[in-house]
Amino acid sequence: MGPEVLHDVSFEIHPGEFRYLVGPSGAGKTSLLRLMYLAQRPSRGLISMFGSDIMIARRGDLVALRRKIGVVFQDYRLLNHLSALDNVALPLRVAGANEAEIQTHVSELLAWVGLADHIHALPESLSGGQKQRVAIARAVITRPRLLLADEPTGNLDEVLGQRLIRLFEELNKIGTTVVIATHNQNLVARNPHPVLELGSGEVQADDLSRKAG
Amino acid sequence: MICPGRRADMARKSPAVLPLGRDAPSRFLPWVFALMVYLAVLALTGVLILHSAVERWQRGEVDTLTVQLMPGETESDEVRIAQVRNLLGNIEGVLEVRVVPQSESLELIERWLGSGNVPDDLPLPRLMDIDVAPGSGLNAESLALHLKASIPGVSVDDAREWIDRLAEFGRSLELLALAVVILIGLAAVATVIFTTRMGISIHRNVIELLHLIGARDGYVAAQFQRQAMILGLRGGVIGIVFAVATLYGLRHVAGRLETPLAPDIPVAHWAWAILAAVPIATALIAMLTARMTALRELAKMP
Repeated sequence: MGPEVLHDVSFEIHPGEFRYLVGPSGAGKTSLLRLMYLAQRPSRGLISMFGSDIMIARRGDLVALRRKIGVVFQDYRLLNHLSALDNVALPLRVAGANEAEIQTHVSELLAWVGLADHIHALPESLSGGQKQRVAIARAVITRPRLLLADEPTGNLDEVLGQRLIRLFEELNKIGTTVVIATHNQNLVARNPHPVLELGSGEVQADDLSRKAG
Repeated sequence: MICPGRRADMARKSPAVLPLGRDAPSRFLPWVFALMVYLAVLALTGVLILHSAVERWQRGEVDTLTVQLMPGETESDEVRIAQVRNLLGNIEGVLEVRVVPQSESLELIERWLGSGNVPDDLPLPRLMDIDVAPGSGLNAESLALHLKASIPGVSVDDAREWIDRLAEFGRSLELLALAVVILIGLAAVATVIFTTRMGISIHRNVIELLHLIGARDGYVAAQFQRQAMILGLRGGVIGIVFAVATLYGLRHVAGRLETPLAPDIPVAHWAWAILAAVPIATALIAMLTARMTALRELAKMP
């Protein structure tokens, strides 16, 4: 087991919140997100999500929890042999959704993120920003209860970045809890929401806990 | 409204999520399966041939003794045959005596030496087939003792003993061939386990992503089992085509040998059905093995 990346991290995110997770590189933002999207379990401590204790949840039970979470990965994690449409359709297909509905919904969403002309394009032929939009579309296609995004606007110009934040805010308005890890201070300033700040693997500041205190 | 273009999109098949078809094992595995099916079909054919031959031997001649009468120095063969007949007529348990014609004996020799290769002056023993009542206790040894006391140069072969030994040897070969079939099956299972593990290792990142977006292990395992079934079936068909061609070739060659050693290459319709089931069984074994291996390996992931 390697060194502890996160320690003494304690916070709550309530349903319907919109939070930024900020901090310098190496602060532990990605590690914390990995715990939150159930890619790994903590070596110690308690994580409770949707009423389940992740430490003791059975492996099979994680599937249902994961289906409530949408993730935008920093490195997109698109499947290069699948088209934009098939990448975005993945969460629906693994959940056994109807194929006709998949085609309709995915096409509409891709059009919404400005990729109507690239529906059948393979990721290799897309720019960084286009790949990021495909990754975002994949994360939100199932209307998850929790959306976790790791630097989602990192490769987008300001206009497109703003547009995608609007998408996240709209999803938030209809009930999706949103957590965005970013080091883009402009983004946070232009679209103010409560901030959870990490540093050296610890919580340095929590806007909501300050307000509560 | 759905435009025609979108209808076409809807009709199209969803692609394989894991690109297993592009992996190296997918290129060589059908040929490995083909070789295994080829060998398994040949071995299984051996089993079927031996099985029917052993049954035929044991069913047909189980209660037969053969008296062999060497040519005499003073008396003619016919006189000596009549003497043997007389003696046999007085022995309890002898049901029927058939004197094998000299031409038939010659034919038996010709099968080994070739037609026209038997010298005219070759002294051939006279043969007499004797049907013995089952359970009479009459055997070659007791009959030979009885006959030798009166007629010199006579010997008795117990076809049953010889056939039993031959049948035992046949059954051993049958078991050996069956063991070969089982070993081939185990090798196929091991190959699928190895390639499935390799596939999981190659696509670990994609599988982790699938898990994170909510895929169950069964969904991921289905990708491996489908691929294994396709490859197994593809290889199986190639293998059986070559195996059947080989069997027909052997049948043709055996037919020209004109010897009793030539095998009776198969076989009844049901035997062909068994052989035809080999590729299907291969595909099913590959599919189940891939599924079980994948599920076991996936359970180790977070």
